[in-house]
Amino acid sequence: MTQKKKIKKTYYTRRNTAFDYFNIVLQALLALTILIPFLHLLVISVSSPSYATRSGLHLWPDTLDFSTYKRVLSSRYIWTGYRATLIRTVLGTVIQLFMTSMGAYVLSKRYFPHRTFWTMCIVFTMYFSGGLIPSYLLMGNLHLMNTYASMILPGLVGTYNMILIRNYFQSIPQDLEDACMIDGAGQFTTFYKIIIPVSTPILATVALWLAVGHWNSWFDVLLYMRNEERMTLQIILRRIVLEGTQQLLDMSSNSTLDDTQVVSSDGLKAATIYVATLPILLVYPFVQKYFVKGIMVGSLKG
Amino acid sequence: MNAAIEKKEGNRIHGATGFRGYLKNPVLTLMFIPVVIYYIVFHYTPMYGIVLAFKDYSLTLGIMKSPWVGFEVFSELFKTASFTRAFRNTIIISLLRWVTGFPAPIILALMLNELKNLRYKKVIQTISYLPHFLSWVILAGLFTQLLSPSNGAVNYIIEKLGGKPIYFLADNKYFRGTLVVTGIWKEIGWGTVVYLATIAGIDQELYEAAECDGAKRWRKMWSITLPLMKPTIVILLIMNCGSILNAGFDQVFNLYNANVYETADIIDTYVYRRGIGNMEYNVSTAVGLFKNLLGFFMVMGTNFLAKQLGEEGIW
Repeated sequence: MTQKKKIKKTYYTRRNTAFDYFNIVLQALLALTILIPFLHLLVISVSSPSYATRSGLHLWPDTLDFSTYKRVLSSRYIWTGYRATLIRTVLGTVIQLFMTSMGAYVLSKRYFPHRTFWTMCIVFTMYFSGGLIPSYLLMGNLHLMNTYASMILPGLVGTYNMILIRNYFQSIPQDLEDACMIDGAGQFTTFYKIIIPVSTPILATVALWLAVGHWNSWFDVLLYMRNEERMTLQIILRRIVLEGTQQLLDMSSNSTLDDTQVVSSDGLKAATIYVATLPILLVYPFVQKYFVKGIMVGSLKG
Repeated sequence: MNAAIEKKEGNRIHGATGFRGYLKNPVLTLMFIPVVIYYIVFHYTPMYGIVLAFKDYSLTLGIMKSPWVGFEVFSELFKTASFTRAFRNTIIISLLRWVTGFPAPIILALMLNELKNLRYKKVIQTISYLPHFLSWVILAGLFTQLLSPSNGAVNYIIEKLGGKPIYFLADNKYFRGTLVVTGIWKEIGWGTVVYLATIAGIDQELYEAAECDGAKRWRKMWSITLPLMKPTIVILLIMNCGSILNAGFDQVFNLYNANVYETADIIDTYVYRRGIGNMEYNVSTAVGLFKNLLGFFMVMGTNFLAKQLGEEGIW
């Protein structure tokens, strides 16, 4: 029995050469350069103020002190930021995915009149645009400033995603649809009941891309939002961490905290970053493979 | 060929050519109308806004009624030192990124492919993709802390090794380098995905045949893997050339400050500051138009060139 196992093992594994060891070490170093900064930040966020501000690479906390997190979570703006981000992410992803796949469905029909012309008009927008200022003025003219619509409408149909989904739709046999239509379903019902369920792999991937895009997006909020209640998490984070506006944390805290409690500004920033990033870090390992799948499914060519 | 037949078949069933086709397919047409409206409102209307670049814009008169000035805004612009500086910085930063950041994921993909332990490979991949999913706002927060000259970890190590602390984000000598390195750090892992997909699609028999002929690992990589990756590399190269005027707005905007405008101010940040900051709408539109036109011709040009060289283009 053991003899057999041994034979099998030697058959499958070739001896590691010097290059293999070098490769393994190098890859480990790469992974560490990515992980260590995040670990350093995490350690700072839970360490004592004096330890957190001391220079050095901190890989192990001196204490476990969560007062920075208490302080961050007691800020009203973090919560309004979370709300705004969740609203835009959910609404944006659902609406944009629906509109994009609807456009993709129409363009996937070879008998749709002037299909090439429409496709060209749409693809052209990927390579040429009016630029920042005309789009900015347009939002004002449409009275969309300070609305959630200003975060969702400009990307209502994603051109690249639409082409990707269209390619997928085109690979679905027409017979499937014809069979459904013979049973008396209309074209929209066919789209809704047949095409969308059949295309879940690509739609799930695009949905994930859209969701991450919304979660991370900040520039449109910076441009179009003046209302502090609707500032998304990224902008709140930007103001606290990059612009150093820590009043956002101080003024809004409802003073239930012990005022003598000292927290370092570095620790506070680190905690803010973690509060805003935690959902992504938690979800990421489980959904990561779907992102990759999408690249495999959608061919590179538009 | 198949497409032509299918189209003919479709036309027979749905009886549609020309404008009557829309009436014959009312549902499709109805589904398409919102999409068309979206593109007209949010893409083609701003294109009309380009006329701003040729006007002496005043808020009270509005776009329509402001007087035309021809190319005056442009001729003024090309004489402005800050504009030429932004243009130069954009090209330099893009080229730096291109030289280092383009080959990096190719090399990493080849090396990942050589890892025998698949679970180890999976772990490395998962870790290296992570920064791609975080915004530059978050990463800028991370890097300002790490690179801080007073108590940052990187400068701590430099000092321990006997060096002097470096103002990575506030010194014109180092800012571009910092941009490029942190940019690679963020995207190197995710950049391998496309290449690994290509490698996974290579027929294993090719390698077996090469092994029979006595090819070792290096030879197989050089004579099989790389040549078969070439089409993917070329397409990505084309797309890269086309976006040479995009030097990475998100990253620069979140990392730069007035100390490093000299080396860090790129066209996009320049447009933002003059347009949104100073409300110089016509100047800002002119810069944007200049950039978009140039970018458009770059994409067309590189695509044409690739086709001439016998490669598949983007279209």
